[in-house]
Formats: sequence, C-alpha cells, structure tokens
Amino acid sequence: MRAETEAELAEMIVGAEGPLRIRGGGTRDVGRPVDGAVLETGGLSGISLYEPGALTMVAGAGTPLAEIEAALAAEGQRLAFEPGDWRGLLGSEGASTIGGVVAANVSGPRRIQAGACRDFMLGVRFVDGAGRIVKNGGRVMKNVTGYDLVKLMCGSWGTLGVLTEVSFKVLPVSEATGVLLCEGLDDVAAVKALSRALGSPWEVTGAAHLQKGLDGAPVTMIRLEGLEASVAYRTEALRERLADIGDFTVETDPDRTAAGWRYIGDVEPFQGRSGDVWRVSVTPSDGPGVVARIDGAEAVYDWGGGLIWLLVPEGQRAAEIRQAVADVGGHATLFRASEAMRRQVPVFQPQPEPLARIEAGLRAKYDPRGILNPGLMG
Amino acid sequence: MEMPTPRPERLARKDELAEALRRHLSADAVIDAPAELRAYECDALAAYRCPPMLAVLPSTTEEVAQVLRLCHAMGVPVVPRGAGTSLAGGALPTADSVILGVARMNAVLEADYDNRVVRVQTGRTNLSVSGAVEEEGFFYAPDPSSQLACAIAGNIAMNSGGAHCLKYGVTTNNLLGVTLVMMDGTICEIGGAHLDAGGLDLLGVICGSEGQLGVVTEATLRILPKPEGARPMLLAFDSNEVAGACVSDIIKAGLLPVAIEFMDRPCIRACEAFAHAGYPDCEALLIVEVEGAEAEIEEQLSRIAEIARRHDPLELREARDADEAGRIWLGRKSAFGAMGQINDYMCLDGTIPVTELPYVLKRIGELSEDYGLGVANVFHAGDGNMHPLILYNANTPGDLEKCEAYGADILKLCVEVGGCLTGEHGVGIEKRDLMWHQYAAADMEAQMAVKDVFDPAWLLNPAKVFPLDASEGRRAAPVAAE
Repeated sequence: MRAETEAELAEMIVGAEGPLRIRGGGTRDVGRPVDGAVLETGGLSGISLYEPGALTMVAGAGTPLAEIEAALAAEGQRLAFEPGDWRGLLGSEGASTIGGVVAANVSGPRRIQAGACRDFMLGVRFVDGAGRIVKNGGRVMKNVTGYDLVKLMCGSWGTLGVLTEVSFKVLPVSEATGVLLCEGLDDVAAVKALSRALGSPWEVTGAAHLQKGLDGAPVTMIRLEGLEASVAYRTEALRERLADIGDFTVETDPDRTAAGWRYIGDVEPFQGRSGDVWRVSVTPSDGPGVVARIDGAEAVYDWGGGLIWLLVPEGQRAAEIRQAVADVGGHATLFRASEAMRRQVPVFQPQPEPLARIEAGLRAKYDPRGILNPGLMG
Repeated sequence: MEMPTPRPERLARKDELAEALRRHLSADAVIDAPAELRAYECDALAAYRCPPMLAVLPSTTEEVAQVLRLCHAMGVPVVPRGAGTSLAGGALPTADSVILGVARMNAVLEADYDNRVVRVQTGRTNLSVSGAVEEEGFFYAPDPSSQLACAIAGNIAMNSGGAHCLKYGVTTNNLLGVTLVMMDGTICEIGGAHLDAGGLDLLGVICGSEGQLGVVTEATLRILPKPEGARPMLLAFDSNEVAGACVSDIIKAGLLPVAIEFMDRPCIRACEAFAHAGYPDCEALLIVEVEGAEAEIEEQLSRIAEIARRHDPLELREARDADEAGRIWLGRKSAFGAMGQINDYMCLDGTIPVTELPYVLKRIGELSEDYGLGVANVFHAGDGNMHPLILYNANTPGDLEKCEAYGADILKLCVEVGGCLTGEHGVGIEKRDLMWHQYAAADMEAQMAVKDVFDPAWLLNPAKVFPLDASEGRRAAPVAAE
C-alpha cells in the first residue's frame, strides 16, 4: 500500500485488517522483524515551506532526504544533526526519507554539540493506529503549548503513529572546518583526549575514535567548525592543550574532512564486513571499559566516546554486551544482525518495569489494535 | 479564570490526610495552618489566588513517593511546586488540593566534568546549578529571567528557555535523565548520564508536561564549558520592520549569536526612565550578543555591524569593555521591573515565525488602541518568542478582564500567523482556555492520552493545560482505589 495523501493514509490504517510495516525509503531495516503488509509513505512528499531567514522547513514525511539536503545546500544551510546514511552498513538500497530519519531519530557526530534529530524537530503531523490524524508542535523555535508529542514520535520507529509531515529547524553551514587527528592512541587515552576537548571552551562539533583507521592503526578525530580565523585559532589552542596526550595534526581540506566524518557517521568501517553490529550508548568514561569486556569486538567511538558502534562475531556476544551496559548504565541496540538473531534477541534494550509499563500504556493508547510495526521495538 | 469547584468529600478528609502525612514526614514538613498556607496560594501569576488544603515539603524522593501514595489513595489532587515563579499559574492550587513543594530538595548530588553532566535535586535553583560548576569552568545553559529564584523542577515542568537558548537550546535540549515519581508512588529512573535515553523518548514528553505526569525529584543536566568571553552590541532602528529584517539577515548570513533581544519604543522608554542605561530614543532596539575568544568576538561583531549598516541603523554601539557590556544589558534586564513601576502588567509569551514580526507588532499596537491599554514589547527575536507586557491597573474594576481579553487576542494572532500560545512560560491556567485555538479535538485527545497513562485518576495538577471542558470527563472519574 502506498498513500498519496494524509487522508488516504488514515483510511488505509482504519481499513487495515492486520499488522502494517511502515516504510519510508526502506533504508533502515532495524529492529525486530515485522510481519505485515507494507505501508509506504513515499507519496507524502514535498517541501511545503522553507524560510532560510527563520531557519525553518516543513516537508512531507516521504520527502527524500536528498531533496531536503539539496534545497538547504542551495541556501548555505543544512541539517545540523548530521543524519547518517546507513545503506552501506545495513546493505539496503533505496532513498532515505525525512520521515524515516525522524522516526529513527538518526543523529550523527554533531549531536554532541548541536543536538540530536529530536532536538531540531519543531512539529509533526501523524496518523495513529486508530486512523486519527494528530498534529503537535508547529513551526516555531520555541513552543511549550501542551505536551511535546514531537519528541515522543521522534525515535518511536513508527510504533505510535505514521508521520505524515515534519517541521524542523535548520542551521547555516559552517564557513570552515578543522579536524585534529592523532594516530596510535589506545581507547582510554583517546577518550581522555576527547573529554578534555569537549570540556574546553572551543566548541568541538565532532569527537570520535577508531580502533582501526584506514591503515589499521587507531585514529582519534576532533572537529571544530565556524568562521575561518576562529577555527584556525581554536584548532591550534586545542592542539596545544592535548599535547601531553598525543601529537595531533590538523586537516582543513573541506572534502577530506567531510569524508572523514561521513566515515564515522555512516559507520563505514563496518560496511561490507561480516558480523553483528551493536550500537551502544553509555557515558564516555564508561565506553572503553564496556568495549574491553567484549571478546573479539572492534569499536568505533563517536560522541566523545559515549556512542559506540561494535562489530562482533555473528550471532554472539549479546548477553555480554547487555550485561556490560547494564552494569554501568546506558543501553545497547542490536543494530545489524540476521533476521533469525533479531527475532531471538531483543533488538532494543529491554526497559525496566515501570518504564516498560508506561511504554506499553502509550502504545495501547496510540495504537489500540497493535498494528503499527508491532514488536519492532520489543 | 474558572477553576473546578472543591469537592466536599476531599475537604472533609483534611485532618485525616494531615495526620497520615505526619506519620511519614517530619512535623514541620506538613503545613495545615491557614496563615501558613497563604504562602502557597499563588505563584508569580498573582492575580489568581487560592490557599491549598495542605502543603507538604518532603526532603527525599522516598518521602515524595509516600505523599503521592497517600494522596492517591484518598483521591486528593496534588499540585507540584518548584519555587513558585510560574507566570502561567502552573503552581496555583485548588482549595481541595495538596501543594507538594520540592524546595527542601536542593542538593548537587554529583558533578561529572569528564562526561559534562551534573546530577541535582530539583528544588535547586537554576542559577545555583551554574554556581556549583563554575569554578571548574562550566555552566548550565538555560537561563530564564527568573533564574535567581526559579527551581530546576519548575524549569523541567515548563521546559523553560531564556535569552541564550538561540544557541544553547531550552531545558529539554539539556536534560539527560530524571527520577520521576508517579501519582501512585512508583519511582521511575529515566535516562541517565548518557546522551540518548533508550526506548521511547519519555524524557521529551515529561519535560514541559507542567507537573501533570509525575514529580521530578532529581535530574541529570548537561553542563557546558564556559566560553572565553562574550560581548553584546546594541543596534537602534527607526522602525520595527527594519529591525526585524536585520534579525533575519543576521541569521541568514550564517552568524549564530547567542542572543538577539528586541525592545520596542514603549519598552525602551520605560527601561531608560527606570535604569538609565543610556539607550537611544528610537522605535526598535536590538541587543545582539556573541561569544568566543577576543579575536572571534571582534570578527563576529564586525560582520554583524556590516549587515546592520545595510539597514541604516540610527545607532550602532559595540561594548568596548565589561562595563559597557553591562550597560547594554542593564536596560533589557530591568525591563520587567521598569514596567512594574509604571503599573500592573501581564506578560505574554506567544511565539511567531520571525518573518511575521513586523506584522504582529503592528497589530499589537492597533489592538492596544482598541483596548485602551498600553503595551511594551521585549522579546527573544532570534527565535520569535514574544513577550508583550500589557499594562493595567489591578485596582480598576474591569481592567484585569480587559487586559486578559487583549492578551487573548494577541495570542490568537500568534497562532493565526503560524505560531503558538506559549514559547517558554507554559500553559498553566493562563492559556488553558485558549488551547482550542491551537489544537483540534484529536490533537488534544492525543496529549491527554499521555496523562491517562501516567496518572489515570487525573490527580496531578489536573485543572491545568487542558480546557476544563476537554478534561471534564477524566477529572470527574471516581476517586482512585481506596
């Protein structure tokens, strides 16, 4: 099924006789596999409002991400939360949609400074599981009028409602970028460097560490953005402050720096390699300890060390990862694995009792028949 | 403003409830003497007052859970209260309710500089969170005007903003975890010190829910390294339209000041008379602040000045030192005091798309003449969050009602141009009955469904946010399990 209008989408949901698999561009097959009829949102496409001077855009949920990024680039603006392209990692094809990005709260390296996808969302329209059309928020920067269902919808993976329209804040592209690079640091030293950088007044917009860079050696990366002279000043100041941890070099070539952060945001190191991929969220300080407990794992650290992409042997390590995360606080998502594995192991970290009850209660309200991506989030 | 009629069956159990509460809390934490209850009869929306049946001041999360459990069992509504600085009546009690104040819970539990978070009890004031981490070079970003007095609990309830949220975001963008006590006494830990909480974004919906989903007793907040320096620039224009266009151009140019504040002529005059900040007498005044190292500040300000000059400013004043910076901010920061000196005032909080600024300001001026009430505008221009201050005289019969009608017209105007009723103060009782202008029945129903899940008996701050006719059936539900 493919809806061309919001009203049509609502009718399809009302008329559904069984579970529905909600599909934007079909590029993010994450979660427990859903058995059901496919409901596509690609017809709800198009930018309906873009005001560069107000930093706001409104678009149909099915609008291709590429179309949005092109429109923004033409005005020197961008989605500051830097949504990653997961096609290479997940082996999917198709064109990512803005609705899919919002439903999955896809947030890249700049999340540590600018905020996550959810922080940029200003308003949503959606159809809930009973076919009710609901709007929440709007298109202004500050809005506390009633409950913030915008955030509730963001990252709900289509399990509470099907997004039809989203409005969001955009930001200007930075004039210049500088990246500090250091080879050879171990995880603990790298996270120490990243924490020190993030604790400096120089506004780090990317802080990552690869256990294995392109040539096999560990690489630590720190990004600064802004006006050209300011970036030059801050990279140098930061380089000096980190000198006792490692010898950092500076890269300012726009293509190379952009490629470097795509490498992190799109999790390129694990593309085309066998094994399960986990996405772990803990505090940066806890990161290296969690990774050290997982035998045979390879790690890509983002968000100053607090977001860890882990590659582990196929079908293994689930219990160890969940235990290691539970011991320090945080959560782990079985991000890429076989369908069989994703049916057997809870993909999202099971929530403790009072929260699980609240989540079930919300799903029962928004999707009383349990037909929207049922079971996807566990 | 209509509030639900107190229910006799609740009032009748006042002594019984007080006694039960005293079994769990220290004697001075349960207040039932009428004279003492007067302290809790209103918040900063002082036009509405009603002493509660009881007030309690618990000292721990466990005590909060006990209080809620007892009130839940007796079917008595609870109105959570931070510091009582709400401008929307968020902490206004009803005569048959219990005020639960978190003021005694004000400790900093942990400051973690490596991970840039601080864990606090929510009775702590906003400014003192920054105060606790400033020696290490950090600060807590959201900075509502009332930050000296307001509590983090209230900031979370209302999703408070401030002058600097153009760059740093509002409370919800800086909140990573909470301890929430639900009305039935269940204690929930949500999120933590990691950047994204797992599962559904419950934090996102709790923040800004005006104390209707639970009582937040502890919070994990992001702290940020303090910038090396900051400096404001003052820009004066002879029309609101031109000032508005200048704001838009600054934003479009890719410069991201930490704050862009806007004042109109009535506000400028009032502030000048009050604070003698040395403001020019003009139609519209902008204060633009940037941050960074000295050279960065210079460069940003010179670019902003370049953009401003294209709009022929009457005056362009760059602070050369801390003293001049202080003087530029002085008038703006005393705006509310200055207006209060002229008369009573009501402060609105609608937000509009910044492109609509000139039109909305013009309409506010026209309506001011229609109603015969003075108005001054001071607001966060970068994000379109308006704060019209309507002057009235509380002692003149009918003036308050007239002021409210005028305010309602302004807020409806904000909604008409694509904005919203409230940007950072919250709905409370003040905007409650205007919610129908913002939301259709299904939109309201979807929000109330969230409260149904967290607080099925609708006992937490029940008469707020949603128009009484919308929530009637839910609030009338039989009293919770006895």
